[in-house]
Amino acid sequence: MTKSTADSRGVGTAVATPQVGRLRSWWSNPWRKPRLLEAVTWGYLAWSILPIVVAVLISFNQGRSNSSIQGLGLNWWWGDPSSSLFHDPELHAAIFQSLRLSIATMAVTVPLGVAFALGLDRWHGRGSGTANFVMLLSFVMPEIVLGVAMFLVVVHVLAFLNLGTIAQVVGLVTYQLSYPVIIVRARLLSIGKEYEEAAMDLGAPPRQAIRRVLLPLLYPAILASFTVVFADSLDDFVTVRYLSGPANSEPLSVKIYNFSRGSPTPAINAAATFLLFATTLVVVLGYLGYRYTQRGERREDMTALTGL
Amino acid sequence: MPARVSKVRRTRAAEQSGVHYPRWFWPAFASPAIAWLLVFFLLPLYAVLSIAFGTVDPIFRTPLPVWQPWWWTTSHVVEGLDKTFGLFQQVYLRTFWYVLLASAICLVLGYAVAYYVARHGGRRKTLLLVLLVSPLWISYLMRMLAWVNLLDREGYVNRILTFLHVVPQPVGWLEGRGITVILGLVYGYIPYMILPLYAFLDRIEGSLLESGRDLGADPLSTFVRVTLPLSRPAILAGLVIVSLPMFGDYFTNTMLSGSPSTTMVGNLIDDSINTAGQGPEAAVRILILMVMLLIPIGYYLRSTARAAQAR
Repeated sequence: MTKSTADSRGVGTAVATPQVGRLRSWWSNPWRKPRLLEAVTWGYLAWSILPIVVAVLISFNQGRSNSSIQGLGLNWWWGDPSSSLFHDPELHAAIFQSLRLSIATMAVTVPLGVAFALGLDRWHGRGSGTANFVMLLSFVMPEIVLGVAMFLVVVHVLAFLNLGTIAQVVGLVTYQLSYPVIIVRARLLSIGKEYEEAAMDLGAPPRQAIRRVLLPLLYPAILASFTVVFADSLDDFVTVRYLSGPANSEPLSVKIYNFSRGSPTPAINAAATFLLFATTLVVVLGYLGYRYTQRGERREDMTALTGL
Repeated sequence: MPARVSKVRRTRAAEQSGVHYPRWFWPAFASPAIAWLLVFFLLPLYAVLSIAFGTVDPIFRTPLPVWQPWWWTTSHVVEGLDKTFGLFQQVYLRTFWYVLLASAICLVLGYAVAYYVARHGGRRKTLLLVLLVSPLWISYLMRMLAWVNLLDREGYVNRILTFLHVVPQPVGWLEGRGITVILGLVYGYIPYMILPLYAFLDRIEGSLLESGRDLGADPLSTFVRVTLPLSRPAILAGLVIVSLPMFGDYFTNTMLSGSPSTTMVGNLIDDSINTAGQGPEAAVRILILMVMLLIPIGYYLRSTARAAQAR
C-alpha cells in the first residue's frame, strides 16, 4: 500500500520550528500515526478476549473455586466422578440436547430458507413485498418477544406442540429463518442471472438450470448458512429456555444460566468451554468449506460468515 | 411504494416469467417458508394481542385468548399501562437510561475501533477482523459467565484493584450495581455495532478523504466534515441493531446483578412468564415493549427497503 511513502512524506513536512509550531504541524499532519486509536483498538480487543481466556482456564481448575485458579487439570471435565461435565448426568444430558437442537434446527432452517431466498429474489408479483417485510421483521424482532409469543402459543393455542424438544426446534427455526435468506440473497445478487440464462439459452429446462447451474453456484452461501444456523442455535438461550419442558430438555446454555446463579463449580465453565470449542470447530470447518466451494473466485469478504 | 418503482418491477416480472419460468414457479419456492412464518411467527404475535386483550379463566386463572377484536376487553391493558406509569415507572426509566448509556458507549468505542481497523488495519487487517468477529461465535452466556468469575468478591478484578491500592477492600461488583449492568450490556452487544460500522467505513473511497486533505483540512476536520456525515446511516443502523436486543435483555442483568435495584423491562417480562397465572401480564408487557420499539424497528425496516430499492 501507499503507507510507507506516506509516512516518509509526513516526516518531511514536520518542519523544525518552536514547540507550538511543531505541535500544530504534528496535529495537522494528515499522515501522522493514529497512536491513540491504535491503543484504543488493542485495549478493546484485550478487554473483549481476556475474560474468555480466564474463563477457559478456570474450567481446567483443580480446585473448587470459580474465581481463582489453583493448579490446572481435567478434574471438572472428566476427573470428578459425580460433578464433572461428562459425569454429571444433568450436564451430560444437556450436551446432547444442545447438539440435538442445533442439528435439527439446521436441517429444517437451511432448506426452508434457501428456497425462500430464491423465491423472494425472483418472484416480483403481489405478495412478495409483504413476505420480504415479514422476513425482515422476524430478523429485527427482539428475541424475548418471539420467545414469549411462542411460549404463549404453545401453552394456550397449539397445545399439541408440548413444551420440549419439538417446540424448541420450531422456535429456533422461526428465529433463525432470516439468516439463510439474507446470506443466500446476497450471493444471488453477486452472481447475477447470466449463468442461468446462458444454460437455458443452450436448451436446459428450468429445473435443470437450477440444479446444475444455480445450485452449485450457491454452495458457498448454503454452507455459510449451515454454519451460522448451527453455531447460533448451539448458543441460543432465550428461545430455548422459554420453550423447554422437562429438565432433560434444557440445553447447556440454560444450564449455564441456572448454575451460575446457584453455587457454581468450574464444571459450568467446562460446559461453556465445551460450547466454545464446538462452535469454533464448526466455524473453522464451515470457513474452510466456504473457501473450498469458492475456489477460483475473487475472495469475498469474511463478513459473509458473520451473518450480518 | 412509489408508482414508478412498481411499474418497473411489473414489466421486469412479465419479461422473466414469460420467457423462462412458469408464473407459479418462484412463488412455489417461497410458499413453505411463508406458511411457516404465518403459523409460527405472525400467529404467535397475534396471540400476544388476543391474550393481552382477552379474559382469564375464572377458576384456573389461565388466560383465555379472544381472537375477535370485536370482543376484546381492555382491562389487562389498562392495568398494565397503570403499572407502567405507576409501580414500574422507575423500571421503564431505568431501562431507557441503561440502554441509552450502553448504546452511546458502544457507538463511541465501536466507532474508534472500526475506524482504526478500516483505515489503518494494514497488513494485520485479517487478524484484527477475526478478533473482532470472534465474540459473535462465543455463547453470550459464556461471555457473561466470564465476567461473573472475574468480578466476584475474590475474583481477579478485585485482587488487582486492591493490589494496586485503587480500592481499600474488595468491591461487590455483582451486588446490584448499575455500572456493572451497563458495562455488561456494552460488552455483550458492541460487536454488533463494530461490524456494520467497519463494513461501511471500509467502503468509503480514499479519494474523498484525500480531497479533504488536499483542500487543507487537518485530520480532525476531515473526519468531522467528511467521514462522520457520510457514516450517519451506518451509525443509525448500528444503534438500532444494538439497542433493540438491549431493551429485551434480562439475562445480563440477572447474571451480573440479580438485584431489584437494577431491574429492567426484560426482567419484568421474564418474571411474569415464570409466574403461573400471569400470562395476560406477560402479553401486555410484551405489547408495551413492542410499542416502545416501534420507531427503531420501523426505521430499520424502511432503511433496509430503501437500500434494496437502490440496488
